[in-house]
Amino acid sequence: MTDKAFVFDTALRLVTLTGLRAQSLRELRARLPEVPLSSIFQHTHQEYLAHDFQRSQHYNDFARWVSDTLREEALGEKLAAIDLLAFTTLEELRGEIIATIDTYLAQLDRASYECRPEDAFHFCQSRSFVLPTGLVAHDVPEFFAKVASISNASLYFHFFEARLRLGRRTSDFSRWLSDRGRDDLAGAIDKLNPYTRSLDELRVDIVAVGGANGGAA
Amino acid sequence: MTDHHLDDYRPIVGDQVIDELHVLADHVRHRRLQHINSTSVGGGVAEILTRMVPLLRDLGIDTTWDVIKGNQAFFAVTKAFHNALHGGKESITEEMLDVFRETTAMNLADLNDYGDVVIVHDPQPAGLIAKRPEVGGRWIWRCHIDVATPDPRVWNFLQKYVEGYDASMFSMPDFAQRLSIPQYMVPPSIDPLSDKNRDLTNDEVQAVVARYGLDPERPIVTQISRFDRLKDPLGVLAAYRLIRRRHDCQLLLAGGGATDDPEGEEVLNEVREAAGNDPDIHVLELPPFSDLDINALVRASTIVMQKSIKEGFGLTVTEALWKRKAVIGGAVGGIRLQLLDGVTGFLVHSPEGAANRAIDLLNDPELRQAVGDAGREHVRENFLTTRHMRDYLLLMLAMEHQGEELSVLTTR
Repeated sequence: MTDKAFVFDTALRLVTLTGLRAQSLRELRARLPEVPLSSIFQHTHQEYLAHDFQRSQHYNDFARWVSDTLREEALGEKLAAIDLLAFTTLEELRGEIIATIDTYLAQLDRASYECRPEDAFHFCQSRSFVLPTGLVAHDVPEFFAKVASISNASLYFHFFEARLRLGRRTSDFSRWLSDRGRDDLAGAIDKLNPYTRSLDELRVDIVAVGGANGGAA
Repeated sequence: MTDHHLDDYRPIVGDQVIDELHVLADHVRHRRLQHINSTSVGGGVAEILTRMVPLLRDLGIDTTWDVIKGNQAFFAVTKAFHNALHGGKESITEEMLDVFRETTAMNLADLNDYGDVVIVHDPQPAGLIAKRPEVGGRWIWRCHIDVATPDPRVWNFLQKYVEGYDASMFSMPDFAQRLSIPQYMVPPSIDPLSDKNRDLTNDEVQAVVARYGLDPERPIVTQISRFDRLKDPLGVLAAYRLIRRRHDCQLLLAGGGATDDPEGEEVLNEVREAAGNDPDIHVLELPPFSDLDINALVRASTIVMQKSIKEGFGLTVTEALWKRKAVIGGAVGGIRLQLLDGVTGFLVHSPEGAANRAIDLLNDPELRQAVGDAGREHVRENFLTTRHMRDYLLLMLAMEHQGEELSVLTTR
């Protein structure tokens, strides 16, 4: 157990362009091993931060492009079904995406479609800057009180980015709660699936964990 | 320039966005930022800088803006470059390249004060990079144009300059190139408090409608754009004639000129000729500083079109979306980033497509309202000045943390 306070950070991002593109499934497959891991993160996660005008069928850019542009809907569904929570490194996640495409291509008994240049998939990367928000929690009740007011960007950083890009393997929240001797609360937060909820919903769920387990003030 | 302060944007974008800008500014306030472009009036770049430079200063960032000089021959060459970079057919001669080099040399001799971070906008001043070994600093080339399929000769000529920079900026992923320097995606923006975008009363709108002789009782289909072939004003005219077979409406084609675009008058004459004597077609050549009129004309419009054939970004689309207008745009360039088809607007590929969508929208006020509302939120989150400022501040930071993918910054 540690007395260390929880410092709420946020991450601000620039999108960088790799100049790499794909117009067919085979091109996408060929590019995947060579793109940086931050590109894998960008295309599997950026949609969670975007405004949800209409709930996307696929939050994963690869799945969406394969379905909507290449009309390989079955592969799109398989890519979208990859359980992001099951991976603690982006390299493993990249491997799963490649394996899913390979399996599909091996069973494909026709030529796959090549899209027009203007509909190509463009590999981007996320360039992040992590900054303190100024919000600090010194104990568990204060933590749950402050979680309720943090921004989506802050929530996204501690839940998605810290886990996969900083290699922390779990969300910052559950790690800190566990360090405070509250494995019950950490476990309950680990059970939340951030990939099936909007960030606003996720925040409500986290606050509810505190309320239901005697963590709130 | 603007007399607005950052705090004036709090009610529009929220406290969090403004607070973030202050936090970021704390990390780069020790650096002097300089913008360099080729025109102080007309065109999207000048508009953005006119609004953004004072706001960056308000944030405590020492920001300057310089404009290079050039004669008519130089701007004719850079216009040909512009068209060729957009993929148009242009004959580029060695003499033209010499004109570019000579003007660059003249500006290199003229301009002697440089910032710590220098953002050079578009091809016209790109050659100033030759000054870098002497003055130092971090240099970023900002490309506002659609270079998805550039003429290879012009791009290769330009690339030699571009690769001398520390980084480049493009408006969307489609414009990315194979470059040896980092490429950032930074879409442009509009200022919600500028005269072109601020809220107007109904009386203010109607006064402008009356002054330009439009009928306030009948639908107005509008394209606000420079008179430029790449904006396809003749395609809009063709669409209007198809719409008129099904729906009564007026057509408004309005635009101003930019000092770095010598083709405007020629295209305006073509449009006037094609419009003929139809009293419902209003072709307006607006002088500089007509922003309030443009604002009112868009607000009075039933549908806004931006039927471009090529488009760097299409700020006229952003402006119309911000006013909750139903927008029909050519499926090119940055318009595709703004009009999420069927959600925040409609993308089309031909005058016929534009006419079909316009007829649907004229018949369906609820659909116009729905896409207009979604469009405004899309702009609020992605295409306002405050987001653009944040990206520039992040870029300044990126220049200090080159080579990193994720930088953890401590409190300053």
